[in-house]
Amino acid sequence: MNEIIEIGPLRLLSGYLFILILLALVKNLEIKKEKEIIIATARMTLQLLAMGYILVYIFDQSRFYITLLVYAVMIFFAIRNIFGRIKAPINKKLRHVIILSMTMGTVITAFYFLLLVINIQPWYEPRYFIPIAGMIIGNSMTGISLGVERLIGEMKAKKNLVEGALMLGATPRDATLNIVRDVFTSAVMPTINSMVGMGIIFLPGMMTGQILAGLSPLIAIEYQIAIMLAILGSVSITLFMLIRFGYLTFFNKWSQLEE
Amino acid sequence: MFKLNNVRYKNIISIKELSIEKGQTTCIVGESGSGKTTLLKLLNHMIDYSEGTISYRETDLKSLNAVLHRREVILLPQAPVIFPGTVRDNLLIGLAFAGKEPVEDERLLEELKKVGLSHKTLVEDAEPLSGGEKQRLALVRVLLMEPEVLLLDEPTSALDDERAEEITAYINDYLTTGGKTLVLVTHSKHLAGMMGRKIVTMSNGSITSIAEVA
Repeated sequence: MNEIIEIGPLRLLSGYLFILILLALVKNLEIKKEKEIIIATARMTLQLLAMGYILVYIFDQSRFYITLLVYAVMIFFAIRNIFGRIKAPINKKLRHVIILSMTMGTVITAFYFLLLVINIQPWYEPRYFIPIAGMIIGNSMTGISLGVERLIGEMKAKKNLVEGALMLGATPRDATLNIVRDVFTSAVMPTINSMVGMGIIFLPGMMTGQILAGLSPLIAIEYQIAIMLAILGSVSITLFMLIRFGYLTFFNKWSQLEE
Repeated sequence: MFKLNNVRYKNIISIKELSIEKGQTTCIVGESGSGKTTLLKLLNHMIDYSEGTISYRETDLKSLNAVLHRREVILLPQAPVIFPGTVRDNLLIGLAFAGKEPVEDERLLEELKKVGLSHKTLVEDAEPLSGGEKQRLALVRVLLMEPEVLLLDEPTSALDDERAEEITAYINDYLTTGGKTLVLVTHSKHLAGMMGRKIVTMSNGSITSIAEVA
């Protein structure tokens, strides 16, 4: 019962039948999306295959510098993804704050959970380090993207309130307090809401994977709880750093709104 | 109190020389777009001049703490901001920003009465007030902060003549009791003549004349 059922190349290939069905459907409905579907399927397959081989290599090597390099690459792409996702222009100082928040926030949380909560040995054990850090970085990226988008949008929409407060001698912090609160709440709530449905509405991906891999559901749940706490911690810390320093990037040294 | 020398701000303001004396009322008059409002923003240090010098109490504005400066030299724009919340919240928010103690409800109601808002309660939402009511509410809010210099941008623009006179008297009361300074932007020559000791006329961002009223 606990043995893992290996799918194997032939049966895996039979899974692609659904892609053929989808292609037939879009052709029948005359939706010209065949090319995109084929490209997306090919990319998904190749990227995952490549990642599989890379991970096998990294796990076999088990070197601290390789683990740290992978971590740095993940952070780099996460930050690039944030800059790409946000449509509004981001000023240079805010870009620096995003880089700092993402790096510091995820490093603090990842190391705390990997070393103290899960207690991996050695500290750079890639089998644990990379997937868990990946989940922390990925969720923080989503939180920061939401937060930055909201911060820029609110600063624009409520410019007159901020200006009105400054004219009355408010500090930039006081003038943006409601905006900052709103940004934090709106960006952290999706993570909190996802915790509410967990275990009832859906089984999270990591836990499902561990169960399929033959692990006891109770151990899988322990990991899932730990990772959810880590994600919440990381999203909160990165967002806190973003709002703590982010609002200041909209002001100059004379507490005037930057044009 | 203020001294301006060769001040330029973008292509909007170009002032060779202007001084604003302590305890006096200076009126700035001129056509729309002549730079009157921008001048008030420069004095309140909400915007930064690119050339020249502005000194306040003989200290360069750029070397002063801008936040503390704005608590002493307060600008009331023509369409003042009303913050989300009640009439009381709006009256007390300036004091809260400045870290000062809030004022008792009794005093707030008294001030509202003086500006013709006695029909308003402190607990009602401030947002639905009319333009003129918002202007008067914001004026009370600013005067509660007891600024040394009051920068008023068309404070009676949304009011009828009778109400405007009431407000003018209210402002005068404040000025005479504490020897405070007022810089008043108005398009009304009548109001300027009535209130100002010095009348500065602006056109295309520059000062075209300065007249002292005896």
